[in-house]
Amino acid sequence: MKNVNSELSAAVNVNNISKTYGKKTVVNDVSFTVEQGEIFGLIGPNGAGKTTAIRMMMDIIKPDSGYVYILGEKLKEKTKNRIGYLPEERGLYKKQTVIDTMRYMSSLKGVTADDTRLEMLLKRVGMLPHKNKKIEEISRGMGQLIQFLVTIIHNPDLIILDEPFSGLDPVNTELLKDLITELKNQGKAIIFSTHQMNQVEELCDRLFMINKGSKMLYGNLAEIKQEYRDNSVFINYEGDISRLNGVISSRQKDKYTEFFLDEKTTPYDILQQLIDKRFTVNFFEVGTPSLNEIFLRIAGGNNE
Amino acid sequence: MNKTLTILKHEFLNTLRRKSFLLMTLAFPLLGILAIVGYQIISGLDNTVPVEETVVIGYVDQTNSFNNYANQEKIILVSQPDHETAFGAMTSGEISQYFIIPEDYLATGVIIRYTLDREMDIPGNVAMAIREFLVNNLLTGQVDSAIIERVAYPMSLSSITLDSDGQISTNQGGFGAFVLPYIFSLLLIMAIFTSSGFLLQGLGEEKENRVMEILLSSVSPRQLIAGKVLGLGAAGLVQIVIWLVSARYLANMASSSIGGVLSSLSIPTDFLIISLIYFILGYLLFAVIMAGAGSIGATARESQQLSVVFTLTAVVPFYFIMPIMENPNGTISQIFTFIPFTAPITVIMRMGIAEIPLWQFAISITIMIVTIIGLLFIVAKIFRTFLLMYGKTPKISEIFKYLRQA
Repeated sequence: MKNVNSELSAAVNVNNISKTYGKKTVVNDVSFTVEQGEIFGLIGPNGAGKTTAIRMMMDIIKPDSGYVYILGEKLKEKTKNRIGYLPEERGLYKKQTVIDTMRYMSSLKGVTADDTRLEMLLKRVGMLPHKNKKIEEISRGMGQLIQFLVTIIHNPDLIILDEPFSGLDPVNTELLKDLITELKNQGKAIIFSTHQMNQVEELCDRLFMINKGSKMLYGNLAEIKQEYRDNSVFINYEGDISRLNGVISSRQKDKYTEFFLDEKTTPYDILQQLIDKRFTVNFFEVGTPSLNEIFLRIAGGNNE
Repeated sequence: MNKTLTILKHEFLNTLRRKSFLLMTLAFPLLGILAIVGYQIISGLDNTVPVEETVVIGYVDQTNSFNNYANQEKIILVSQPDHETAFGAMTSGEISQYFIIPEDYLATGVIIRYTLDREMDIPGNVAMAIREFLVNNLLTGQVDSAIIERVAYPMSLSSITLDSDGQISTNQGGFGAFVLPYIFSLLLIMAIFTSSGFLLQGLGEEKENRVMEILLSSVSPRQLIAGKVLGLGAAGLVQIVIWLVSARYLANMASSSIGGVLSSLSIPTDFLIISLIYFILGYLLFAVIMAGAGSIGATARESQQLSVVFTLTAVVPFYFIMPIMENPNGTISQIFTFIPFTAPITVIMRMGIAEIPLWQFAISITIMIVTIIGLLFIVAKIFRTFLLMYGKTPKISEIFKYLRQA
């Protein structure tokens, strides 16, 4: 028996959900919890089952087994009013004006949006002058921003973003990142689903990595990196330091060299040696693999 | 429930704002008024010009017994001595045509007419004049003049249709009774397919534009489909009511201002009510089918192709219009009345010509309602399964496979 209190206080509680289409199991016994006020990464390659998992969280499709608690209650139709969902496959009515789109979409969330809030949101993304244009008249990037505004228009407690940055230029990407951070600081729970793992490292507190429908990794981003840490250091230096003690091998990268250490040597030992020998060091970092590398390492092992 | 209402309102207002919808809805009454006004203008022009001139007909009487009654209203018969003279008179234009009464006319009844014109048929007034001329000459002095009159015009026929109780039936047939059902069944089918077509198109566009998943993150598939079907249905109802009401006014206008074959044109109230009932049932039936096709097809165009199969079944009665019109209570008519797809048109066609027994209405309407409810369950499954499948339209075998799993 699970702790009911933790299920009720968490923003999302996914318990052993599975979904099978024909012979293909798309989501296999997946469980995770998302807390209020955190950005949670749902990551994995294309076709891993991220979108299917999200659709089950949104009650768009029913899981074959398992259950989902959202904001402390079992999923029901009214729960949708408290969730903002930006799907990966998204679009708007082309013939509708920006402001009408926002009004209609918020009314579907059971909210009568007052114009002050709508205009405040439009102003935040710099689109107030375009409010009476039709969706087909604004650029794709602008359309993406409107889709994001539609997602948060009803002030939801849980926000689910499926590949929110796809198709955005760097300026709008930064704008969106700022908005997401703002929402997090307001105490909203945010689920951020993507196959671009570098974006997760920047934004997320905790993550769930999924591949072929099953869990690969689940937990705190820093702890995961710690766990998959190689015994290595990244150093950018001047001079010849090839004769350091305890180094097995080295690998040249763009801006630094990665030194792999033997079992007895710690990064601290290396730093001590560098100081003792008075090398000029521009950059020193304890080697942590990127999520991408961790994924490839685990997925590579699983694929064999 | 509230969200269903929101979608209903949105779809209803959006449809009323569509140019194609407005055009179609207003086109029918406008065309009707235009036709009536146009007719009056043209017939007004006609009246100012006297069309009928006096016709001069020559005749060669080889029996020498037809001398009297040569002057009739607007037709004058002129005796000619022989064939050649008559021909000469015709070519010179003194007479427009001539006929010969042969010597053995009394035994054979043969009259030979000659003319220079190519005609589809002998003009009615000419035939009538010759007939009157012959009858009068044959009978004058032999019988009473009233009898002569009756021999020439034996009857002025008027026909009254009774119902089975011996009462004078409200539906007296006539040209109007045959034309109305035809026009009405066309209007009905147009109204049904305008609204259900918008439903199909709308769903296709929502899939293509990828609005669908955003919608489904706010409302359930059931709310979405109910809101759409009812919203577009309400718009369709506005359309058909405008058509029916204007049809009634137009019929009155036409029957009083044009008269003639159209004087019997009137639209009984029960006809309007039945039309409305079958619009609602027909629309719901096809709307549910369109919703299914719309969720299966990957694009609006593919959905349209899928739905054509069903659309075609609705117009099948038009191919059987002759047997239905000739025998409105026959087997073919009854079968089509009981098949839900063909029922709306068939019932309207039959209504104009004959009384449909109450039990047939009952069966037809019951079958339609049962079919609609049954399809609703199947389509609800299809909807949930296929609504978010993008990219390609599934094969029929795949559809059945998914349905069994769902």
